[in-house]
Amino acid sequence: MAAFFWLVFKMQSPFNRKHLLGIRELEPAEINHLLDTAETFRDVSRREIKKVPALRGRTVINLFFESSTRTRTSFEIAAKRLSADTINISVSTSSVTKGETLLDTARNLEAMAPDCIVIRHSMAGAPQHLARMCDAPIVNAGDGSHEHPTQALLDALTIREQKGHIEGLNVAIIGDILHSRVARSNIYLLTKLGATVRVAGPGTLAPTEFAELVSHGLRVEKTIEAAVDGADVVMVLRIQRERQDSAFFPSMREYAVHYGLHKEHLDLAAPEAIVMHPGPINRGIEISSEIADGGRSLILEQVTNGVAVRMAVLYLLAGGGHDSESESAPTSGERTRER
Amino acid sequence: MRLLIANGYVVDPSSGVNAGRDVLIENGRVSDLLERSESPEGVKVFDATGLIVAPGFIDLHVHLREPGHEYKETIASGAAAAVAGGWSSVCAMPNTDPINDNPAVTRFVIEQAEKAELANVFPIGAVTKGSAGKELAEMGEMKNAGIVAVSDDGRPIPTAGLMRRALEYARGFDLSVVDHCQDASLSAGGAMHEGRWSLILGLKGMPAAAEEVDAIRDCALAKLTGAKVHLAHVSTRGTLEAVRRAKELGLRVTCEVAPHHWTLTDEAVAEYDTNTKMSPPLRSAEHVGALREGLRDGTIDAIATDHAPHHSDEKALEFDQAPFGIVGLETAVGLAFDLVHQGVIDLNRLVELCSANPARIFDLEDRGTLRKNAWGDVTLLDPELEWTFDVSNSRSKSRNTPFDNRSFKGAAVATIVGGRVVYIHPKFAGALQQSAVRG
Repeated sequence: MAAFFWLVFKMQSPFNRKHLLGIRELEPAEINHLLDTAETFRDVSRREIKKVPALRGRTVINLFFESSTRTRTSFEIAAKRLSADTINISVSTSSVTKGETLLDTARNLEAMAPDCIVIRHSMAGAPQHLARMCDAPIVNAGDGSHEHPTQALLDALTIREQKGHIEGLNVAIIGDILHSRVARSNIYLLTKLGATVRVAGPGTLAPTEFAELVSHGLRVEKTIEAAVDGADVVMVLRIQRERQDSAFFPSMREYAVHYGLHKEHLDLAAPEAIVMHPGPINRGIEISSEIADGGRSLILEQVTNGVAVRMAVLYLLAGGGHDSESESAPTSGERTRER
Repeated sequence: MRLLIANGYVVDPSSGVNAGRDVLIENGRVSDLLERSESPEGVKVFDATGLIVAPGFIDLHVHLREPGHEYKETIASGAAAAVAGGWSSVCAMPNTDPINDNPAVTRFVIEQAEKAELANVFPIGAVTKGSAGKELAEMGEMKNAGIVAVSDDGRPIPTAGLMRRALEYARGFDLSVVDHCQDASLSAGGAMHEGRWSLILGLKGMPAAAEEVDAIRDCALAKLTGAKVHLAHVSTRGTLEAVRRAKELGLRVTCEVAPHHWTLTDEAVAEYDTNTKMSPPLRSAEHVGALREGLRDGTIDAIATDHAPHHSDEKALEFDQAPFGIVGLETAVGLAFDLVHQGVIDLNRLVELCSANPARIFDLEDRGTLRKNAWGDVTLLDPELEWTFDVSNSRSKSRNTPFDNRSFKGAAVATIVGGRVVYIHPKFAGALQQSAVRG
């Protein structure tokens, strides 16, 4: 019975893409399918033996041109819980300046016949670039200021878990919108699924032109109060201290006063409002500790859901959703046997 | 040596000739425009039946990369691409290595072009030494060696004060100062036009205002100094408004536009194809519309390719890392014919934008015209020829174009420089006959 469910589930899979490069190009049905698949994988992480054989014999390469312990670890755990072999490659920018180009790196990796490459890069479009040069499915784990699709998916999974739905919700996103791939991917995903998004930040980091990013469902507010007013979900973005040489705002102190999320802001939000942050947090700057550690904060649930979402993405791209279904599909039967 | 271009239809905006005429070229110069009935003896005949006979096209803005970057292009390969695209003359920007900021480099460029025996190559000298934007380069010495204008192209003149000095000094040698308008404090780090698409793609934008503040500055300085300012590859509505106003005031301000800027919008960047990365960047539809209007109403003086070859290894980098620029010599005339077929400009205006006007802007004596005694430079056009651009057959050493596999209607099918036929489209290979026999 359960095996039958899995078979039907996969045959009807509306997600037939080779790569996951961004949320912008996805249809709502594809997003929902990714979230549904992630939900089934969330159970795996709650078991004593947290492993299914779905990607046994497959190789996943984590190619990180930008350091990110939590995203890399999340992808690594996701791959391992699917029984894939994982390799982490951290390419420092210094080796890029030594002359090896992304093209050369890609060709070398390709020669090792990976089943999936997860790429994090400081430059927008690097995953698209890699996708053009490689046969392997590519997962974008964050590219410059462009997109971070798995972050948006894990945020959506978290919201869905808490609120039961996404359609009709009011979501506020606060902070450095201009440089944020998290904000972009979340704006696409949430508006596609019928939520209304309001963003706010300093004028230098939340330009009014941002409203043109999507055709409907997005507003740029001048103040944090206007964005948070009546919000069901408040997402706070990390202020990247390393960008401060460009002087987008006068001081951290001023930022914390005018654009940091404080307890009083939550009084403006909907009664059951939840608070999210992609991490790592700057306590006392973009978010006060009492909120970050408070009952409305879902920051750690986001991390847990991150593994489930990445399992779903790897499963759908690196074997599960494609050919040789009989070999790779983790039937519920198999999963039951593993218990 | 005598060449008769017979049975064609002459379009020469410089003299207002718009009629069926035969063009006779003797000793490298136009000796006469003849009625069809006349038939001189002992000449080589190019049968131009069904073709437009125009003054040789002049491209005010190319990068030939030699000396220094011969792996991208040489003067010979660039000149070959030029004549294959219908350009009998090209003006070579000085950002080579070493930079053309002294007469020795100027003479080298001219010598290499003479050896290639294809297009005329007119060097443009640097405005400042090393194009570093600090001290003026030796414009007078370079003029004696053969430069036709000065520019630090690729590097905008950084301050109003320096631009003023450059204009005042260049005026003494009747040299135009060609400025790549772009305020670096607004555009630094940018990879594409700032707008909806840069926000979507997460790429740092170069706002239209970065070009406009420099263009407006340069117009003000043209008024202050009375010198000649030529704005390179204009790409925004605001720049055209500034030029329009300057012309109304009678200032000596001219401008050129590159074919990709009236053809593509910033949406073309959507797939992060580095062959859509150039400076100034592809702009939004609003600006593209303004350029088309400027081509139509006369605000824009010239079509120039900004031919900028780069090696495929360089363009294979991440979008942020890849160099700016695309090749353009072999697709420009095809893209200009789009404007004709779309009703934006007529054929006469196309020819004017590519010949008479560029010759006037850089004072290229006896070029851009088919008047008696002008240089025997001719571009033959077939407005109806349908063709597809295959970059693998390009004469350029580089392949960086967004127009590979694009279909065109209208082409330059033969190019004549100083009475020598230096390019013929394969379809017209039989048009050149050795005998004087005429049908």
